[in-house]
Amino acid sequence: MAALGRAALLLSFGLVVYALVAGSVAAWKRRRRLAASAQNALIAAFGTTVVAAAVLWTALARHDFSFVYVAQHTSRTLPLGYRLAAFWSGQEGSLLLWLLILTGYSALAVWLHRFTRDLMAWVVPVLAGVSTFFVFMLVFVSSPFMSAPAPADGAGMVPSLQNPYMLAHPPMLYLGYVGLTIPFAFAMGALLSRRTDERWIVMTRRWTLAAWTFLGVGQLLGAHWAYVEIGWGGYYAWDPVENAALMPWLAATAFLHSVMIQEKRGMLKVWNMVLVALAFCLSIFGTFLTRSGVISSIHSFSQSPLGAWFLGFIAICVVFSVGLIYLRLPLLRSRTKLESLVSREATFLYNNLLLVALCLTILWGVMYPLVTQAVRGETRSVSKPYYDFFLHTFGLPLLLLMGIGPLVAWRRASLRALGRTFIVPAVAAVVTGVALIVLGYGSSTPGLLAYTFGAFVAASIVLEFVRGTRARRSLSGGSWPGALAELVARNRRRYGGYIVHASILMLAIGVAGSSAYQTVRERGLRPGQSMEIAGYTLTYERLQQRQEANAIATRAVVDVSRGGSHVTTLYPGKNSYPVEQQVSNEVSIYHDPRNLGDLFTIADQIDPKSQTLFLKVLVKPLVNVLWAAGFVFVFGSLVTLWPDAVEQRRLAARYAADTVAA
Amino acid sequence: MTLALALAAVLAVAAVAFVARPFLREPAPASDRLGELSELERRRIELEEERDRALAALKELEFDHRTGKISDGDYRELVGPLRRRAAETLQALELRAGTGHERISSGR
Repeated sequence: MAALGRAALLLSFGLVVYALVAGSVAAWKRRRRLAASAQNALIAAFGTTVVAAAVLWTALARHDFSFVYVAQHTSRTLPLGYRLAAFWSGQEGSLLLWLLILTGYSALAVWLHRFTRDLMAWVVPVLAGVSTFFVFMLVFVSSPFMSAPAPADGAGMVPSLQNPYMLAHPPMLYLGYVGLTIPFAFAMGALLSRRTDERWIVMTRRWTLAAWTFLGVGQLLGAHWAYVEIGWGGYYAWDPVENAALMPWLAATAFLHSVMIQEKRGMLKVWNMVLVALAFCLSIFGTFLTRSGVISSIHSFSQSPLGAWFLGFIAICVVFSVGLIYLRLPLLRSRTKLESLVSREATFLYNNLLLVALCLTILWGVMYPLVTQAVRGETRSVSKPYYDFFLHTFGLPLLLLMGIGPLVAWRRASLRALGRTFIVPAVAAVVTGVALIVLGYGSSTPGLLAYTFGAFVAASIVLEFVRGTRARRSLSGGSWPGALAELVARNRRRYGGYIVHASILMLAIGVAGSSAYQTVRERGLRPGQSMEIAGYTLTYERLQQRQEANAIATRAVVDVSRGGSHVTTLYPGKNSYPVEQQVSNEVSIYHDPRNLGDLFTIADQIDPKSQTLFLKVLVKPLVNVLWAAGFVFVFGSLVTLWPDAVEQRRLAARYAADTVAA
Repeated sequence: MTLALALAAVLAVAAVAFVARPFLREPAPASDRLGELSELERRRIELEEERDRALAALKELEFDHRTGKISDGDYRELVGPLRRRAAETLQALELRAGTGHERISSGR
């Protein structure tokens, strides 16, 4: 069936090239039927890509080792879930997933906006252009449908990928990465069609937010995966590929904020175009980093010939978007100006500058090995202190701004009004800071600042809800819960945004607690021996071994007690994978409800002969607040994404002239 | 292999038929011109955006004043220009609508 996969991809290639060429000609020459035909080609490309994907999934499920890809990434003992997830564990499959999501998104966008006149005609060739690159790679450079005589068994999957998170983390990230193509295509379509009004923003608002949410959730899932699987006791290592997902997310965060200024004040049109192009280019750059292997990363599984192609494509995207923005500059000039440096829009601007600064310093850190290799002929890289410095320099003010922004009025705010709105959050921050110092948590300045600023943000969010509910109740009466529900329903973007802010605050609390205030101890133990850490006593009892589906599991039995009372039993150990001939660390964690933290154990070394265990133990306070933030983040995003019927009717009336009859 | 090729051929025919559908449905249309917004329509959309922006800003200002983010002095200073701007855009839109109606009437 590999031939069917190859044929389906070849058809996808023909269809997206047709959509690119016919779509461009139709938009240029204003040909209606040709434009509709190009739209259909893009939708059909999704259909043919689905067939290609189905062929690969079927081969993975059926152990069809005549597919080189299946033989390289699975084995007979690999459970079905991981076999299906092997679709995105290798380079060729990942590219196919990119294409599947891209053509799926494109088909949906084209179908949803098929009656829109000006804009869609130019959006189609842009989407087709991006798709062309990915199908070209799959057809001519890196095909998942190469076939060879089938070996008796496959090479298996890298052990660290054999984790339930493998099923969700990569697709979630790809949904985010690829999703950023849609706002990019609409922005470029708007420039090409000279439609620099807000139409493209209205059409892509939910697309951008959904992509941003997927990217955020994908990163959090990846962090949790690293935490429970990699076995080093952390969740974010400033690895180039982790950074590659963070950068477009930061750029998209900046865009989501600055686009509100364009909607409310008609300002920052050029800046928004730049941000949307930056977010897209960074998403391609992220894929390049993951797949090219040019920079050493735990995610780059092999060197590949893709690097040069991706660099070329990124260069084309940058030149195309910068050139187009430059050509359309006269149309993008704003008629309004910033009225005051103390206003909501000014805080959004500061937020944007800090986000982009953080994004670019991370980009510089990621690029540094390539730059030093090119300039000095030797590869040098920056490490954690570099990133931590800039995270503290830009991240802490960002955290504070998250609390300040909602308290400041649009257009201008007087000092008297500011004093009134700031008093409660400022008191909350000062009290928290002093209390932490008194309780002995002043050892980490960034940690202390994070909690002090966090208290400010928490108070400002609570105040916003309280003041808003009170105002709503005074207008329409009713109960407090009713007024709160009405408040959120009438302005989902604002209050959904505050819920997302609350999740970012929880994230900051979790990160600060688990990194600035963590305790680490390591000791060699023989059966019966104990070690102490942060009030816990850990007693190593014995080793045990069991056969799992595709691995031999060795576990140390460790009893945990506190104040003489048994708390739990932990089983840190190692898995040995005979097919892959690799060994992985399997950590064991106790979630402590008292401090919302974890007691994290790693069996660094196990000597089965002498039964000696080198146990590394970390106590990470508040780390579970970080994971809980993910749920709040999704909830806030859903509130923001939820359609508002009144607004949709108003927008439909506004753009009625822009819509053709079915 | 033969089955795969047959399936691929079916897929290709279906894709080509779908792509050609706009031409098959309308082999000889009265007009094949892809509609685009006139300058007047573009200006109207801009004005409606401006109107919605001004009305939203007024609403926001009222709410910020009610929740104490805006002092009485700032409110009095800001509300006037915003109301004027909203009124101007509403007037400009009404004027255009009137002109449009007149054009339609004279065209009959």
